[in-house]
Amino acid sequence: MVAQDAHAHAGPQGFIRKYVFSLDHKVIGLQYYFLALAAVFVGMFLSLLMRIHMIWPTAILPLVGEIRPETYLQLLTMHGTIMVFFVLTTAPQSGFGNYFLPIQIGAPDMAFPVLNMLSFWTTFVAFVVMLAAFFAVGGAPLHGWTGYAPLSALTNSGPGEQLGADLWITSIAIFCIASLMGALNFITTVLDLRAKGMTMMRMPLTCWAWLITAILGLLAFGVLLSAGILLLLDRNLGTSFYVPLVVVNGQVMGHKGGSPLLWQHLFWFFGHPEVYIAILPGMGVASQLLSTFARKPIFGYKAMVYAIMAIGILGFVVWGHHMFMSGMSPYSAFAFSIMTMAIGVPSAIKTFNWLGTLYKAKIRFQTPMLYAIGFVSLFVSGGLSGPFLAQPVLDIPLHDTAFVVGHFHLIMGVAAIFGMFAGTYYWFPKMFGRMMNESLGRIHFVFTLIGTYCIFMPMHYLGMAGQPRRYSQFTEVAYLQHLMPLNRFITYAAFVTIAAQVIFVINLFWSMFKGPKASDNPWESTTLEWTTATPPPHDNFAGHTPVVYHGPYEYSVPGAAKDYVMQTDPAGVTAH
Amino acid sequence: MSDMAVPHGMAGEFEPSLFGAYSKKIGMWLFLLSDTLTFGALLFAYSYGRISNPDWPTPFHKESIINATIMTGCLLSSSLTMVLGVLAARRGDRSWTRNWILFTMFFGVAFIVLHGMEWTKLIAEGMTPSKNPWSSTVQQFGGTFFTLTGMHMMHVTIGVIYLGVVALRKKFLPILLICWLAAWLGTPADSVFHVGAHVILIGAIVAAMIMFLKPKDYDAHDVEIAGLYWHFVDLVWMFIFPLVYLMSTRITG
Ligand code: HEM
Ligand SMILES: [Cu+2]
Repeated sequence: MVAQDAHAHAGPQGFIRKYVFSLDHKVIGLQYYFLALAAVFVGMFLSLLMRIHMIWPTAILPLVGEIRPETYLQLLTMHGTIMVFFVLTTAPQSGFGNYFLPIQIGAPDMAFPVLNMLSFWTTFVAFVVMLAAFFAVGGAPLHGWTGYAPLSALTNSGPGEQLGADLWITSIAIFCIASLMGALNFITTVLDLRAKGMTMMRMPLTCWAWLITAILGLLAFGVLLSAGILLLLDRNLGTSFYVPLVVVNGQVMGHKGGSPLLWQHLFWFFGHPEVYIAILPGMGVASQLLSTFARKPIFGYKAMVYAIMAIGILGFVVWGHHMFMSGMSPYSAFAFSIMTMAIGVPSAIKTFNWLGTLYKAKIRFQTPMLYAIGFVSLFVSGGLSGPFLAQPVLDIPLHDTAFVVGHFHLIMGVAAIFGMFAGTYYWFPKMFGRMMNESLGRIHFVFTLIGTYCIFMPMHYLGMAGQPRRYSQFTEVAYLQHLMPLNRFITYAAFVTIAAQVIFVINLFWSMFKGPKASDNPWESTTLEWTTATPPPHDNFAGHTPVVYHGPYEYSVPGAAKDYVMQTDPAGVTAH
Repeated sequence: MSDMAVPHGMAGEFEPSLFGAYSKKIGMWLFLLSDTLTFGALLFAYSYGRISNPDWPTPFHKESIINATIMTGCLLSSSLTMVLGVLAARRGDRSWTRNWILFTMFFGVAFIVLHGMEWTKLIAEGMTPSKNPWSSTVQQFGGTFFTLTGMHMMHVTIGVIYLGVVALRKKFLPILLICWLAAWLGTPADSVFHVGAHVILIGAIVAAMIMFLKPKDYDAHDVEIAGLYWHFVDLVWMFIFPLVYLMSTRITG
């Protein structure tokens, strides 16, 4: 077989070819994973600085010095951008997806290995450019992760809006190109490289999630790329796409006739699908884990697939719910509101199917499962505030308050991170050949779950009480005084939660070298990655292509010898 | 693993591909899909600016329209020659494959040259990305024009280089370098070709890297995929021509 010839030989030799410019999707997956891990620590550090500033605005911090209001905005911008792009978009999709999508469908590699390598290194360059913004003259930009014009479109609108903002936009544009390459590769791989018997409806739900996420990325990042290019032109060539006639510091700027709303439309056309890009892979992982550890088939496999498709499609027609306050026509606000609530239906279908999977199950409460259940919990608590925000009348007082911050951190930030933790604890044995420590995992879970709820739940109350978002200093504001104890509580909770992440890091690196050796299938799962060696050989299945006879979640099948049937098990070729 | 794409397994080791297409062709279709969105966003931005500025200038009259019509004709003809090239490649007729691709490239180059001359003329008349001589209030005229047509022209240029690589492979590199030098040194500093020439250089470098990292003969599939790209670029122009040119004509009775 041509495909086999290309892969059957031993993997490339030499450090550079093997670990740096590797074409092996597994190495690339790990590269993405560790890039995201580095990014998440940068992002977390920035958020801690913000929380400190909110309750001790005049504190002089070691290394950082005083945090001025504009510094706060810079921290906020970089925190949001790094987290959304380099963590939530990078690890769940590009990291785990790269490593496990080909193995789970029985392919020897991605469809385009060179493109795969290029997309990782392009992402890496984007990250370096993003970090460079910290060191630019004037510092990092302060226009937020959404980069609203005209603030972002003028070079003299604030410190950090000079070179720093150019670097920020350039980094985003590079990131778009990297993501487009990755998305193209993922889709082609699923369409073209499924092993014999791996029909679409036998794919694990993780693969469905990665596929739909890739489609969203393919369509959304192309638009953000254009939006970013136009923003760069506005800033550097004096065009007026996003800038109307404005006066900054008494000085009339040269622009005329543009519209800041154009940026909002283009950005949110990308931005709403982007939030699903962050969460769908986590949904896939949760589905896979709930079924595995509940030892039951996933409840309603087909409904899960169609729900994920519906979310993908509806995700492209709801972007206006971020713009209710922009003065849009009440008719379009109404349309966007209806569409947004419609997206709650497939989301609810998924939630009920998860609960149905757990119902009357003999659950194995191991760390990966704890995180999968945590994911469902966060998805529900964060998701329930969505339909509130989807009402224009309710959104008008809630928009740009801490309420929105609570909503999207629970559902996008923390839920997606829980998906990553679940994936890490679940797949670690396959990736590194060793087990992670169970007790440390549980301690880490308890601290993280309770900690994140303590941080983000109270924000809903803060928002309803009128605490605005993106403001740096509340200590002097009279009407917010009674909220200060709650704000202090949140900051303390953040300290504890962030400190608890050290447990994870220790567990991760200690287990990598010292953990007990893992068997090929420690969780008794059914999907293809557990049929191959640990860690998998260069071509995934040591020279042959697996043949698939079963759906992905055949647990506790009546009459079967064990309580699970591997997808490759030729016996009992009946079910599905 | 030296091959760029994992070839689809033979002998039924894999499920048949979902759309019956091989990896590279799917890859190109997906790229074109995302590129559609990229152009779509630019066209949206253009329409947005136009609708919010009712007194949009209409400076394109006779010469501009004639010129743009000839350019459109070039692209239409090039699509035809491209189809003939793909058909020749399917027949296995190597020399006609190459000839038809060369015709296609000729029309592509003609398009670029005509378009570049138009740009140079407009710039000489005082049009820049931030202002234009026909309206002092509607600044977006220049910005949208240069962005849309510039993005498209870049796609055409990449397309010509892509076709050249498919048709001539390494022999194409010296030709590219000569074109680069000719366009750069042979034009006055205020011509768009003077600066634009460097796109050719970058294209040549990328093409060289691809060809040296992965030397191979291009087959009928590669011609077909290149054709997909080329038709797409033509199609985009069929949107730009009416929206940017025809809608900015002064119609006097
Ligand atoms: C039932 C489903 C959901 C509904 C109805 C919903 C609704 C909304 C609405 C109306 C807003 C705008 C609030 C405002 O700015 O005033 C919003 C903001 C947001 N949502 Fe959701 N949402 C849902 C699910 C999700 C999911 C699944 C994610 C991510 C995984 C998410 C992430 C976000 C983010 C990041 C923002 C804020 C963006 C920003 O302004 O910085 N939402 N949501
Ligand atoms: Cu949204």
